[in-house]
Amino acid sequence: MGLFDKFTKLAAERASLCDSQIHPFGIRIDEMYSPTEGLIQGKRVILAGTNNYLGLTFDPASIKAAQRSLELEGTGTTGSRMANGSYAGHGALEEELVDFLGRRSVIVFSTGYVANLAVIGTLAGSREVVLLDADCHASIYDACKLGGAEVIRFRHNDAADLERRMVRLGERAREAIILVEGIYSMLGDQAPLREIVEVKRRLGGYLLVDEAHSFGVLGANGRGLAEELDVDSEVDILLGTFSKSLGAVGGFAACHDAQMDLLRYASRPYIFTASPSPSAIASVRSALLAIRNRPQLRSQLWSNARRLYQGLQASGYQLGPQVSPVIAVMLKSPHEGLALWRALMERGVYVNLVLPPATPGAITLVRCSVSAAHSFGQIDHIIGAFASLRDPTGPVEADA
Amino acid sequence: MITQEEILERVMKLIVPFAPPGTPINPDTDLAQDLGMESIKVMDMLMELEDEFDISIHLNILMDVRTPAQLAHAIVDLMEHADGTV
Repeated sequence: MGLFDKFTKLAAERASLCDSQIHPFGIRIDEMYSPTEGLIQGKRVILAGTNNYLGLTFDPASIKAAQRSLELEGTGTTGSRMANGSYAGHGALEEELVDFLGRRSVIVFSTGYVANLAVIGTLAGSREVVLLDADCHASIYDACKLGGAEVIRFRHNDAADLERRMVRLGERAREAIILVEGIYSMLGDQAPLREIVEVKRRLGGYLLVDEAHSFGVLGANGRGLAEELDVDSEVDILLGTFSKSLGAVGGFAACHDAQMDLLRYASRPYIFTASPSPSAIASVRSALLAIRNRPQLRSQLWSNARRLYQGLQASGYQLGPQVSPVIAVMLKSPHEGLALWRALMERGVYVNLVLPPATPGAITLVRCSVSAAHSFGQIDHIIGAFASLRDPTGPVEADA
Repeated sequence: MITQEEILERVMKLIVPFAPPGTPINPDTDLAQDLGMESIKVMDMLMELEDEFDISIHLNILMDVRTPAQLAHAIVDLMEHADGTV
């Protein structure tokens, strides 16, 4: 048996979707012109599939901060924080996040994925029970697997279903770890955090919220869904990423309990991974200031999100359940999704195609992510492209 | 008292909506190989089984379970631990 024989089925599925035409699973952006425009296969396109929610990847202050860091600190740290030591910027960013989030402990990680592996995978060991929303991101599932916890799923965004499963656990529920996300990456919907907090108050447990898609996006100060719904004090640990609203790469965990710092000595994904490059940290520190000082970025983001959501809805598309910077267009089949995705590319719009089993309910999604940096003109172009492809008599068919 | 045979019967009935239409299901059918059930479907099925039998079934069980018979056996074990009635 060959080393890669087990991927035969995967290869066949990929081949059925990836013929000689442009396909969505090997996209290369050859040039970037702005947070919202790039060059793909010789065509200038509007980027609406980047999760660049605040458009800060081209923020002049962040670029300048990163350039200065490159000159002063070099290109990389060349090792882990435990073995090689942290740079001043790592510590400074942690202190700034402590202040911004009003929490006692923050740890910065190399990516958001690593933050989840490091925190969840270490806290949720083989003696722990984890209750996770069925639609949680793969990094959360992987983290649970790493730690070996007993994992029980509850139905997506269903606090009553969580409660039912916690009741079954009896006394063990008091020490269970509950995992949800601020904004879910597939459908763009928000967790019913108040209801989940109510369940936690009644039955116990520890609540961890992954704010990867909601940090910088929700809340009066951009701290995320926990701030938006005024339940921050009930959320034990916030997890987040620097690769979306903050426009760089890295991740963090933030806790009200200073003892979380102990994870620095217990978490293998923290100990055995190279630390974030100093220039990435410098740009994140600058972007964090933008989130603090420029609330108009969030206002613009939501204004754009509402415009796109309403435009697509008016065109007759079936969308995720609520207005969100992640707008999912739901389709009947992978081939229908691929046809729409390709036709949008031809019309100068880049979005994401997401196929089962990565999607909830085995649906196919063409997923748009909105940016504060999109102009209304660009949003209207995206709406126009979608509208021109809408067949009122049935599903979108592949272009001949 | 519910018997293991009754549990198996209920398990097999519950699997039907998750399997391709018309596919025969017997106690030794391999959920992944024979029914082509992807992990997400198997996990959704576990949620249904939890509600059907009012027990907690953690995902780790999937490392040892491949067929309806094995699933029924695991459920019997879990129910015994839950209240000792089986």
